[in-house]
Amino acid sequence: MKKQIQLVSIALFAFCMNILAQENAGLKLPEGFKANLYANNIGGARHIAITKSGVVFAKLNNPNKEGNAIIRLEDANNDGVADKINGFAKYGGTGIFVKGNSLYASSNEAVFKYELNSKDEVVNPLTPLTIVSGLLDRRQHNSKSITFDMANNIYVNIGAYSNACQEKDRTPGSQGMMPCPILDSAGGIWKFDGSKENQTYKDGKRYATGLRNVLGLDWNTETNKLFVAQHGRDQLNSFYPNLYTDAQNAELPAETFYEINEGDNAGWPYVYYDPSQHKKIVSPEYGGDGKKEGSSEFKEPAVAFPAHMAPMAVLFYTGNQFPTKYKNGAFISFHGSWNRAPLPQEGFFVAFIPFKNGKATGEWEIFANGFAGMENGAKVTNTGKAKARPCGLAQGPDGSIYVSDDNKGAIFKISYSK
Amino acid sequence: MKNFSIIVPINGFIKFALLFCFLVLTQLCNAQNKINGKKIFETRCLVCHQSDGGGVPNMNPPLDGATNVNGKDIARLVNIIRNGYDERVALDGMYYNNAMTANPDLKEDAIADVLTYVRNSWSNKAGAVTISQVKAALLKNKAVKK
Repeated sequence: MKKQIQLVSIALFAFCMNILAQENAGLKLPEGFKANLYANNIGGARHIAITKSGVVFAKLNNPNKEGNAIIRLEDANNDGVADKINGFAKYGGTGIFVKGNSLYASSNEAVFKYELNSKDEVVNPLTPLTIVSGLLDRRQHNSKSITFDMANNIYVNIGAYSNACQEKDRTPGSQGMMPCPILDSAGGIWKFDGSKENQTYKDGKRYATGLRNVLGLDWNTETNKLFVAQHGRDQLNSFYPNLYTDAQNAELPAETFYEINEGDNAGWPYVYYDPSQHKKIVSPEYGGDGKKEGSSEFKEPAVAFPAHMAPMAVLFYTGNQFPTKYKNGAFISFHGSWNRAPLPQEGFFVAFIPFKNGKATGEWEIFANGFAGMENGAKVTNTGKAKARPCGLAQGPDGSIYVSDDNKGAIFKISYSK
Repeated sequence: MKNFSIIVPINGFIKFALLFCFLVLTQLCNAQNKINGKKIFETRCLVCHQSDGGGVPNMNPPLDGATNVNGKDIARLVNIIRNGYDERVALDGMYYNNAMTANPDLKEDAIADVLTYVRNSWSNKAGAVTISQVKAALLKNKAVKK
């Protein structure tokens, strides 16, 4: 009997702890913010987009069990949890964007356009218009993230299919190619006309170059400028153990956030950004030694984040629900690192970058943490163990923000009330 | 007859002792192989495949529990380690996109050691890989290339 009581009380305690741990869907947030699970297990959800009526569209990395790779979610009874969920589209990918009555989505080589009706249902799920096609997909960094400016131009990331443009990718001792031939068709942001069908490279314009891989990009409507977050290069220590220790590699190079003007060059693969020296340093594949400074023609970052955390999405906050400090600032989601190993991984959170007079202050802070679900706030040692990995960001019509996870496919809704 | 009856148990004992020594030695060798293999894993493989062999979703495939790592096609594993791999990996219902670095300088015994380590670590309980298996796999690959 005593034993039974003991067992019951242990079970009860565990149950209570579980409930406590699940408060705010397991997330740690600033005071006054609340989070709940808007959806779960919808499949690896990359970017998300939300219509004016609050319907959420999530782009899946790969088709789910039903064979669908765009998921439409609706919270019809308005309790903060999606209750009407269905899907369409057979192609995996990352990008998704709502522009007026149009829904744009990207595969790893093309951008498609769907039409929405007055209920934000997709009119032509099987017959989208092809806006752009034939974009390079060589597996590595093949996600085609998309955003729009305030006219109707679409900006597409075409990631470099390489780590550092070596003659042989990720091979010790292989030199960097000069000039890097990848940059003619990848490693940058391309601009296309959002309303014109059947465009390809020749119809577009290389808007910015020297960007290894950009997952997160958003248009700042306050200043009418494009902002992008780059995934910095990997494996300085693996290939140059004489120049970089494991500990140095864990902090190099910075994940960089740029304010982009047309024609900008961020310097990949020739340079990387060293956050402790505050300098652009020549890549070892191009004769660098960890100290030699790169050309000043390359763009300075607006913010330098710790290395390898993998920025996945950028969202300028234009809502009125959150406290005023968030207005026109940028949220940025971090997938969490793998290339810090053997040191513990970092990231797996959503950060906030305050803006003043249209410029990033650089004093970023962690906004939402705990996605990885490690017990007692432990560090993630091995990336595969993280429960959720923040990916897409979008703002709802009420000013709440939504964060998607591309592991199992959770969507978190984060709201504020005084 | 008397002699014989004495010899038989001694013979049996020697056989037993020899077998015991052999087993201990092979275990020691295996253990040594695993130690060497672990060192190689930590310097060349850990960054991408992670210390728990869990890999990185969508990028670097897991080694722990992976059917092909624990499978019988050792030649394929040997050739991936030596020559790298630059195709999309479909493994146990998931896809992985990153290219794997070649290890042209890794000797046959080192490849055997690292494979022995990987196939007997975490939840993996596949057999050890011998140098002769590695040599045969590399020869086979040469023949295919020709």
